Parts: sequence; C-alpha cells; structure tokens
Amino acid sequence: MVTTTALPTATLPVDWRDLLALTKPRVMSLVVFTGLCGLLVAPVMPPLVLGFTAILCIALGAGAAGALNQWYEADLDALMRRTAKRPLLAGRMDRQTALHFGVGLGVFSVLLMGLAANWSAALLLAVSILFYVFVYTMWLKRRTAQNIVIGGAAGAFPPLIGWVAATGHIAPLPLILFAIIFLWTPPHFWSLSLFVRSDYAAAKVPMLPVTAGLEATRRQIFLYSLPMAAVAIAPWPLGLASLFYGVVATGLSAGFLVMAGQVLANRATEPTGMRPEKRLFGFSVLYLFALFAALVVDRWIAG
Amino acid sequence: MSEHEQEVVRRQRERARLMAWLLGGFVILLFLITVAKIGLKK
Repeated sequence: MVTTTALPTATLPVDWRDLLALTKPRVMSLVVFTGLCGLLVAPVMPPLVLGFTAILCIALGAGAAGALNQWYEADLDALMRRTAKRPLLAGRMDRQTALHFGVGLGVFSVLLMGLAANWSAALLLAVSILFYVFVYTMWLKRRTAQNIVIGGAAGAFPPLIGWVAATGHIAPLPLILFAIIFLWTPPHFWSLSLFVRSDYAAAKVPMLPVTAGLEATRRQIFLYSLPMAAVAIAPWPLGLASLFYGVVATGLSAGFLVMAGQVLANRATEPTGMRPEKRLFGFSVLYLFALFAALVVDRWIAG
Repeated sequence: MSEHEQEVVRRQRERARLMAWLLGGFVILLFLITVAKIGLKK
C-alpha cells in the first residue's frame, strides 16, 4: 500500500451521507441493474422478498468493494481531480472507519445472500468483492496497463450472481452476460481514460493512454468493440433470445462500432478535441442499460 | 455547549436514528425471508 500522502484527520463523527458516498452510488446503479436483469431473465423466479434481498446483497457487496477501493486508494485519489473531493480526502472520515465499514458491509452482504438466496450466489458475491479489492485495486491497477481488462471481470459478476441467486446454478446465458460486460469494460474505461489521461499520468496509474499512447488506445477500443458486439448479439443466433433482442442488440452494437470507429479516426491529443471519445463513453453506459433491458423485455414480453 | 460539541451530538443523534431504522428494516426483512423460505419448503 502506498501511504505517501498525509490525509486530513476527521474530528467529527462520520456523517451517514459520507458513508453513502464511500459506496460509489453511481457505479452501484449499473451493478444493481445488471444484477437485476440477470435475476429477471432466469427461467425460475424466486419469491419477491428473496429476489429483492438478492439484489440488495449485490448492491451492498458493490458498496463494500467501492468503500474498500477508496480506503486503499486514498493516496491515489488525492492526485486526481475526478476523485479529489471524496470523503476521506476532505477529512470528513478517517481511513480506519472506511476500512471497518467496507469489511463489515462486505461480510454482511455475503452472509445475507447465503441465508436468503443460496450459498453458490454468496460465494460468487464474495469472489467478486475480493477480486475487485485484491486483484484489481491492490494488484493490477498500479502495475499494468491491462488493469482494466482483467479487473473488468469484477464488474461482470452481477448478472451471473442474479441468475445463480434465482436458479442455484450457472448456465450459458448468464455466462454470455458476464462476457458482454467483461468485453464492454475496456472500451468504456479507455474512452474515459483518453480524456482524463493527465489525471492518470499525474497519479502514475499505468492506464493504456499513459503507457501506450493515444493511437494504440484508440485502436484497442475498436478491437475490443468487435468481440463485444459479437457476444452481445450471440444470445439471438444461439436461441437464448428471440428476434426482438437480436434486432435491438444488432442496432445498439452497430451504433457502438460506428462510435468506436469515430474514436479510431480521431487524431486529437487534447481533451477539448475528444468529442468522439466523450460520446462513446456516454453511449457505452446507455448501451449496457439498453442491451440488458432488451433481454428482460425479450424474456418477459417478446420472447 | 460549544458549536463543535453541538455538531457532534447532532451527528450522533442522526446516525443513531438511521441505525434504528436500518435495524428495524433488517428485522422485518429477516421475518419475511423466513416466511418465504417456509413457503418454499411447503
């Protein structure tokens, strides 16, 4: 752990709003949504209260991972404009509180998942939290430009957990959902890291634009978008979804590829000229929401 | 009481109130989970 930056000391009891901020609520919303979709496309529906609890546990687990990420990366966050206002850096909370909160929330979410849904889902939830904290945050993020590629697996777990919470076993469709998020993560994060490259460079985080340059990153964004699009459409030809999903997934993926192509063609070196990158980043969030929503609609209405 | 102490007490009260709501919610959730699990076994 790097502890070169002295953090301000908290003198007041922690405000609950700061604890909430520690869980990265915006990131959590996508995690909850994909987890919910994984549960809703499963062939069996658990009782409402058990389904609700499973999603709650996914949200709490994601919150725990976010809190532990901020606990570990406080020194790094201080060097980046995007993260400099987080509660630990503003002195509204001390690091030990963040650690205790993160560990407590993580253990609670896993135990509750085991009791309410099943222990397979609880195991997957525990693996996803530990993977995000130990593999991505502590090991990969500061060491390799592949941090996002491998670390992206942590964010790909929720639909798998949602499915397993409902059924108790793994099947091809949730594995495809896992693969979609896994392949979506690099283009999503690299498009962001292109226009906040100076932040990552200042914090010495080896993001691809910092280590390999802009052109290589743009090429990798496009290259990763190709298998992502193929996997996103795959449930339709594989007979796991109907024509409705096939049409929506094809349309959305075509849009994604066009935008990735515009990023590839862009030559701007300053953030002000990186409109294609900003557009792709914004669209990538919408893409994932719409794709998963289409699968749920397909399962419940169109299928 | 100084302004600082007042703020400390205010925050402690706010957190205690929130914790009470969360614990109450958790008890209700556990009850509903138990009922649902019994229903599944039947």
